[in-house]
Amino acid sequence: MTGSPLTASALLAAAVATIAIGAYGVRLSRTTSDFLVASRTVGPQWNAAAISGEYLSAASFLGVAGLIAKYGADALWYPVGFTAGYLGLLLFVAAPLRRSGAYTVPDFAEFRLGSARLRKVAMLVVVVICVYYLVPQYQGAGLALKTLLGVPVWIGPLVVGGIVITNVVAGGMRSITFVQAFQYWLKLTAIAIPALALLGLFFTDRGQLGGPMPPTVKQHTTVGIETDVVVQVSDPAGITVTGTLDGRRLDAAPIPSPGQHTLGSGTTLSLAAGAATPVVAGTPSAGTDWIASGGGLGGGHPLYQVLSIIVATFLGTMGLPHVLVRFYTNPDGRAALAVIALLSLFYLFPTLLGAFARLYVPQLLITGTADAAVLLAPGAAIGGPAGQLLAALVAAGAIAAFLATSSGLLVSIAGALSTDVLRGRVRDFRVAAVVGGLIPIPLSLATSGLELSRSVGLAFAVAASTLCPLLVLGIWWRGLTAVGAVWGLVVGGLMSATAVTVAVAGGIDDDVLGGWPAVMVGYPAAVSVPIAFATMIVASRLTRSREPLDVAQIFARMHVPERLGMGIERVPRGG
Amino acid sequence: MSSNERPQRQRVVLAHRRGARMVRTRVEVQEQTQVGDALVRGLVRAQLGLALRLAAVVVCTVGAIPLLNAVFPDLGAVTVFGVRMNWLVLAVLVYPLLYGVGRLYVRLAEQAERDFVGVVDSEP
Repeated sequence: MTGSPLTASALLAAAVATIAIGAYGVRLSRTTSDFLVASRTVGPQWNAAAISGEYLSAASFLGVAGLIAKYGADALWYPVGFTAGYLGLLLFVAAPLRRSGAYTVPDFAEFRLGSARLRKVAMLVVVVICVYYLVPQYQGAGLALKTLLGVPVWIGPLVVGGIVITNVVAGGMRSITFVQAFQYWLKLTAIAIPALALLGLFFTDRGQLGGPMPPTVKQHTTVGIETDVVVQVSDPAGITVTGTLDGRRLDAAPIPSPGQHTLGSGTTLSLAAGAATPVVAGTPSAGTDWIASGGGLGGGHPLYQVLSIIVATFLGTMGLPHVLVRFYTNPDGRAALAVIALLSLFYLFPTLLGAFARLYVPQLLITGTADAAVLLAPGAAIGGPAGQLLAALVAAGAIAAFLATSSGLLVSIAGALSTDVLRGRVRDFRVAAVVGGLIPIPLSLATSGLELSRSVGLAFAVAASTLCPLLVLGIWWRGLTAVGAVWGLVVGGLMSATAVTVAVAGGIDDDVLGGWPAVMVGYPAAVSVPIAFATMIVASRLTRSREPLDVAQIFARMHVPERLGMGIERVPRGG
Repeated sequence: MSSNERPQRQRVVLAHRRGARMVRTRVEVQEQTQVGDALVRGLVRAQLGLALRLAAVVVCTVGAIPLLNAVFPDLGAVTVFGVRMNWLVLAVLVYPLLYGVGRLYVRLAEQAERDFVGVVDSEP
């Protein structure tokens, strides 16, 4: 179904709808402050859907299902964490941050601690997190367009980058709010209908998930290997290889024995109907391993992996700049609740699709590009015009996912750069948006390898190690000083960013020092978050004399309810 | 909230109102007298305590899942309505828990705010 005209037109329709709704919103935005925070006049329903739409990125739409297909039960922690992060945000950050009147984290840092240097450091951290987050979005776009249309992988980042830059430059945030709300419902529809269709199919043909056997292909399948990969073969019957196997040239020869084999790039694997699918080495092969918890996500120390994912995602959301900006437009904490409900509803479906992908498109597990599972499973399992229609729907949802999150991130980058590096005019915002949107394109092409959800999880880890301690301590602890905050940001930021860079560049070998360095680089949050908090607290205690003098006034502003005096209007009793 | 015919109110936050009649305690809170500061400290402590208690509930329940699984690996294999326990908990049951805690927080935090306003406004 490569290059199906139906899929192509669905992609085009989603992109055109995004631009059209964006253009409609442009007419409503007038001033600079309208541009940035939509003047707080956006309705709560729109806002909750917009927050969810912006938040559900390529990692949620494609990555979660891919990880579940590949690793099984432990991958379920990613969607749980992505949702629980909102609870953390609601409990510790949302209301005081809104009352503080700060638009962004650098604004908050300056409001709370009155330090221009801290503001600059926070701005830098915001840009770094957004870029780390944008790169996997662009990579997802590359993968999706390649899978769906068969175009080269660099087309995706260019197309999505171009659309997002145009949209942000033209509309600012107000138009984005409408776009994002629309995108949530589009994404939900695009993933729910195929998932439910597969669920129906699963019940009618009584397939089995999680049996003792590895997944098997239903009909004759050929798989092309594009980069060298080590696979675990449990049963070589029915598999023939053309290309290089363990360094030897073969032509339509069978795999000699079960066990681990290296497939060279350019190899073609041919699987007869009913053959057991090889899987990427390090991922569960038998269904019983896949369905059980505790296996981790490849590599050693699975329990540490899970705990670190929990720390990164539960705490990372409150440090995500594009999420925080959006919270400022919220009239109350109830919108955050609505977001939790909308996210919970959404994540049911990628989970279903991930499980069914293992059943219906197991050949994805060979190449390791399981991120394409959502895109391919509906078409492969159902077939015919109905399957094509579902595939087109999923494609539209995927493009919506890339556009929504990338737009939000780009607004944050542009906001930070234009106010702190340039002069904060609308023109500067536009210049910053163009620059910020272009930077991740080469990065997304230069790096690769990690699954989308894991890359995004690493961006969460950086946020949890930097902006989360700054916000939580700044909001709740009077003793925080500017020096302490800078130290915490620098230490937490360097630790987590180094780990992410090493992990994205290829990681550390699993055999070094019992696998601990490898797993800490792949999942840094459980180490870097406590260290960042501790650094911030200790450095603040050591510089206690530099506590800001007006801290009592600042705390009153952050914590006293809006309706009390500090707002313009007094709420009548019982009102 | 009670009547629909009222025009929608615009609330502008952090704009000081000048020249309006103020309850004295309100002035104390705004001008950071000792009484006002003590009131604000009490409010902050109450809200932080609430957030920490609810976070502890989530951490204890959710954090217990991987630990329980590590200690009793067979627990996840129990099936309920044909779905394995570990999938049922992580894919479905966790979400209502998160929503419920969030809902409880919003209700209690708004209650604490009302209490604070009540104390501040109680003076004639």
